[in-house]
Amino acid sequence: MLSPESLKKIDREVAKYPAEHKQSAVMSALRIAQDEKGWLAPETIAFVAHYLDLQPIAAQEVATFYNMYDLKPVGKHKITVCTNLSCTLMGAESAVEYLQRKLGIGFGETTPDGRFTLKEGECMGACGDAPLFQLNNRKICAKLSPETIDAILAGLE
Amino acid sequence: MANTPKGQNEVIFHSIHLPESWKLANYLAVGGYDALKKVLAEKMPPDEIISQLKISALRGRGGAGFPTGLKWSFMPRNYEGDKYLVCNSDEGEPGTFKDRDIILYNPHQLIEGMIIGGYTLGAKVGYNYIHGEIWEAYERFEEALDEARAAGLLGKNILGSGLDFDIHAHHGFGAYVCGEETALLESIEGKKGQPRFKPPFPASFGLYGKPTTINNTETLASIPYIVRHGGQKFLDLGKPNNGGTKIFSVSGHVGKPGNYEVAMGTPFSELLAMAGGVRGGRKLKAVIPGGSSVPVLPAEIMMQLTMDYDSIAQAGSYLGAGSVIVMDDTVCMVRALERLSYFYFEESCGQCTPCREGTGWLYRIIHRIEHGLGRPEDLDLLDSLAGNISGRTICALGDAAAMPVQGMLKHFRHEFEHHIQHKKCMV
Ligand SMILES: Cc1cc2nc3c(=O)[nH]c(=O)nc-3n(C[C@H](O)[C@H](O)[C@H](O)COP(=O)(O)O)c2cc1C
Ligand code: SF4
Ligand code: FES
Repeated sequence: MLSPESLKKIDREVAKYPAEHKQSAVMSALRIAQDEKGWLAPETIAFVAHYLDLQPIAAQEVATFYNMYDLKPVGKHKITVCTNLSCTLMGAESAVEYLQRKLGIGFGETTPDGRFTLKEGECMGACGDAPLFQLNNRKICAKLSPETIDAILAGLE
Repeated sequence: MANTPKGQNEVIFHSIHLPESWKLANYLAVGGYDALKKVLAEKMPPDEIISQLKISALRGRGGAGFPTGLKWSFMPRNYEGDKYLVCNSDEGEPGTFKDRDIILYNPHQLIEGMIIGGYTLGAKVGYNYIHGEIWEAYERFEEALDEARAAGLLGKNILGSGLDFDIHAHHGFGAYVCGEETALLESIEGKKGQPRFKPPFPASFGLYGKPTTINNTETLASIPYIVRHGGQKFLDLGKPNNGGTKIFSVSGHVGKPGNYEVAMGTPFSELLAMAGGVRGGRKLKAVIPGGSSVPVLPAEIMMQLTMDYDSIAQAGSYLGAGSVIVMDDTVCMVRALERLSYFYFEESCGQCTPCREGTGWLYRIIHRIEHGLGRPEDLDLLDSLAGNISGRTICALGDAAAMPVQGMLKHFRHEFEHHIQHKKCMV
């Protein structure tokens, strides 16, 4: 169900923990699975559980608890904007307005062409660089302005 | 500024101006790993390290300010079996962004501090739990671990001393509550991040049920300095009971938001000036001095304070993680509080009724006040709700939700009253 490369990455995570505590790798394993599949379908979660010798419910609980797992399909690029206090003081609202207008979608929505999903996020621990969003669970794009947003989006496939 | 502020970049950010300061070779060039080498060469007794920590008055930088030397002395000495050291880099408290810069710019100092911790506490393995949203820091830390392993600084028989210690990075995935130390342990165990009831404390029943010490990133990154220069020198950087420097994350309405490492006890006014003053020359209205969970303080009070645990506590708030959120006179306090209350409501893990239900109530009431639907009895209701959450929950997230409400109602009650009476903002 997962590619050999993904399984190799999961094995590397498993090796970080005592042999009898494979469960510790479930968060990373779900992340790696999500990277490959784009989102976590129930059968993907079940596969991860099986791979780590866990009951499916154990992996399911983790997948539903943490905010960065996507339990529904998302666009090719997921944009998560922090709107918490520091970011709001520093202009998150205008960044959100600009993004929503440019993409024509609100929070929790995906563009009809399936390219972008917009999400509202909580503090990313990067408030000094506000306003900001996180791109595809990976990169924090900082000090947003209409110009920087245009440039970032233009650089994406 | 004419004079360099006291303690500026003395302990942690000393090499931040150098190119690629995060590389092992560059850390070694500025005396990196000398503290570890000293510990190993002199076979420094763990008790001696702990007593230097006590002299240094290093207090936990994760928010609670608990004395680190004392915490380390709680670990059982003659325990047969595994013990763990865990670093808390799950920085998710709104306004806090210092641990990310420590990992990005000086990861080896954190690693060195953790190895000294492993030596002192008798742990063979350490984990660093890194906030889910900062993937770049996670990658940087993994690279630093690889470098350290290749140089014989981690793993079996470190530098030929006979010491075994390894560190692994654990990547979070978006849950504020995992910053709470026992939720963090649950999360490393691959479970939902739900805090454990204490006691037992982690020093007796921690990760996988084994004795465990948990410290914040900045706490652990301060250790090499103390070992190298002695506890007294660290203490002298700050003030009694508040040793060392502190990294202050300054955000909000300032000219130059960012991290500023200065001596504990630096006047707030100096820190504000370093951060470029209030943006656009506007008037300072209020400051949240220690991250979103601590009570807000009005400008007049704040301008009299120094930045250390004791000074801020005397004024009725907390230094927390040193996360300074600056607000100018354009800020509506009702709106600010509405956003914060939403955060705690959203992030409550749901185990305790007062927190699960109470955070929802707080948010809904503040939301209706902000939207012109507040009722005259709402402020008393907020007071009573906040009071009934505090101290009645498994973890401190409940108190963290209540304190901002209590602070706002204490100092800015008139703004809430105005909203309720006039159905609109006075700002
Ligand atoms: C809701 C909540 C969130 C917390 N978040 C963090 C955090 O992000 N980083 C941190 O170091 N400590 C955090 N703490 C405090 C930890 O529980 C713990 O006290 C700290 O990591 C101990 O390290 P120290 O003694 O070095 O400060 C949090 C506590 C609570 C209740
Ligand atoms: S206080 Fe809130 S976050 Fe903490 S354990 Fe209880 S419900 Fe969970
Ligand atoms: S408040 Fe937005 S990153 Fe911290």
